Amino acid sequence: MKDHAALSEEFNIDEPRVNWHDETLWLIRQKRDKAVHGIPEWEWLRETASQVKNNVLSNLSAYLEQFEANALANGVFVHWAADANEHNEIIHSILRKHQVERMVKSKSMLTEECHLNDYLTENGIEVIDSDLGERIVQLGNEHPSHIVLPCIHKKKEEIGDLFHKYLGTAAGESDPQILTEAARQHLRETFLTRKVALTGVNFAVAETGEFVVCTNEGNADMGAHLADVHIASMGIEKIIPERKHLGVFLRLLTRSATGQPITTYSSHFKSPRQGQEMHIVLVDNGRSRQLGRENFRNSLKCIRCGSCMNTCPVYRRSGGHSYHSVISGPIGSILAPNLDMKEFADLPFASTLCGSCSNVCPVKIDIHNQLYKWRQVLVKEGYVSNTKAISMKTMTWVISFPALFAFAGKTGRWAMKNLPFLVNNKLNPWYKAREMPVPPKESFRDWYVKNRGQK
Amino acid sequence: MSSREKILALVKANQPSLTSLPSLDIPVDVHLDLVENFTFIATNIGSRVMEVSGFDEIKETIAKLFLPGRIVSSFPELADIAEIQLTDPDPHSLANVNLAVLGAELGVSENGALWLSENNMMQRVLPFICQHLALVVNKKSIVANMHEAYRVLGNNNPGFGAFIAGPSKTADIEQSLVLGAHGPRSMTVFLI
Ligand code: SF4
Repeated sequence: MKDHAALSEEFNIDEPRVNWHDETLWLIRQKRDKAVHGIPEWEWLRETASQVKNNVLSNLSAYLEQFEANALANGVFVHWAADANEHNEIIHSILRKHQVERMVKSKSMLTEECHLNDYLTENGIEVIDSDLGERIVQLGNEHPSHIVLPCIHKKKEEIGDLFHKYLGTAAGESDPQILTEAARQHLRETFLTRKVALTGVNFAVAETGEFVVCTNEGNADMGAHLADVHIASMGIEKIIPERKHLGVFLRLLTRSATGQPITTYSSHFKSPRQGQEMHIVLVDNGRSRQLGRENFRNSLKCIRCGSCMNTCPVYRRSGGHSYHSVISGPIGSILAPNLDMKEFADLPFASTLCGSCSNVCPVKIDIHNQLYKWRQVLVKEGYVSNTKAISMKTMTWVISFPALFAFAGKTGRWAMKNLPFLVNNKLNPWYKAREMPVPPKESFRDWYVKNRGQK
Repeated sequence: MSSREKILALVKANQPSLTSLPSLDIPVDVHLDLVENFTFIATNIGSRVMEVSGFDEIKETIAKLFLPGRIVSSFPELADIAEIQLTDPDPHSLANVNLAVLGAELGVSENGALWLSENNMMQRVLPFICQHLALVVNKKSIVANMHEAYRVLGNNNPGFGAFIAGPSKTADIEQSLVLGAHGPRSMTVFLI
């Protein structure tokens, strides 16, 4: 299994492509800034959203029961899945009950997390993803590299090749307008012929038992309103208390995600249309465990806007796939070790801890602090490679003895000045793609000791 | 123990002590001309916004803007140019609708979105499956922001409702904006 560093190295082979990836995401970050600056009460919104989510997490069991009762009263079937496998089995049983072998699906990171597509395919059921970006990665036999922009890593020529192969567009065609039109025709046919449609859930309202799905393309609605059966999969943390709280979250979500004032469609599903069947699957899959981890609990506030990825200097230059986890980027690096500490021990280290992620997060998750805290946990639990663990332990040890710290600092500065080859060599990973700085004449420590008495 | 009980027990055991909900009182910017701002934002996100005097003007505009094709509308006033009653309950029968003209209950100035409930949709799929969508909204029903919108709507949602902001769109291919992904290729708002 390759770790984040090795996978980013692969991504970094093609430098112009990395620059392009970096710049594209930065552009989206800038759009976010522009949208945010148009809202004078932005910080009030973030704080309010964060407090609403605190309340949700502190009262989650009651809200889940309230949501369930209301959904049942609205005529919706409610299922509970303890883990990914149970989620997949529930979906499969609904499909079996209706003797359906083909399903259309709109974007849902939760079904990615549960590897639903693989599970259904193995069971002889064809799944078609209807979000354009998701359809593209599906045709390319890949996973989304970003939670909002699934194929942000792909060039239009590569997409053109896939469409030529699978959708019959002309060879060499790469015009986004023409490719989108081809996908529109192909997916319209899919929407019109599938009896079961699955969607994700952005928000579920305890007070009313309804759930909200946000898309720009309208694919969730095309699928759900044409199908005889609509299944919605949601993580249990998606609950909000009252309908009026949607006002706060809908104002934050898309401005943070893409800089749009709101998604084109914010659809509120409350009960099935006449003759239709509606199911909701409430999925835990480790969320209740994360709720009990005081230091990482806040990660459950995430509304999946993706802005922490767009701003992250590591994500932008290493690509989503380097995180080898369904949710990439800063927030994914907090969520993944909760599922499997051993497999994802490298991810909390894939960050500069610059704090940019925490600054843009619309629900004020202390992302970089949590990444830092995961590092401590993972070292302590023995999931971190020896070199990393030893250097971290040495550092902690050195820092805890002021005299030794001062000596180490002096020696380091002396070595950088007089024996630069000791520092600037291939064994020091910090030297890769970096010129080491010229050491200062005087350390901050010496300066402080000398100047602190003076005004 | 069922998964339901297992999950609820775990959540209960792991959730922190209860914190209270914040107040949602936020002052609304009263200086803004709501209709003007709505028009500006909605146009920016790809809608065509027009102030009209009444249904005669809407009819004239439709004749000018749209190619001939199947028109469906919830407004009896448009009976001479549109189907105002759907005889076939099967949503698939709407696949060939060119233009749907429906009534929106309110518009939101800050983001150009319009709320449309099932009561005015004829069929849930109609505003999504048509090639072009036109929504008619009363100028007096434009509110400042989403908080206002939910204040007006309350918990009123018959079974399905949606905020719709512009035509269907995607930017999944190298971030180039393309209108008309799966839903309507254009959105016209008639302010009345
Ligand atoms: S952690 Fe915050 S910024 Fe990142 S995706 Fe979640 S809500 Fe958005």
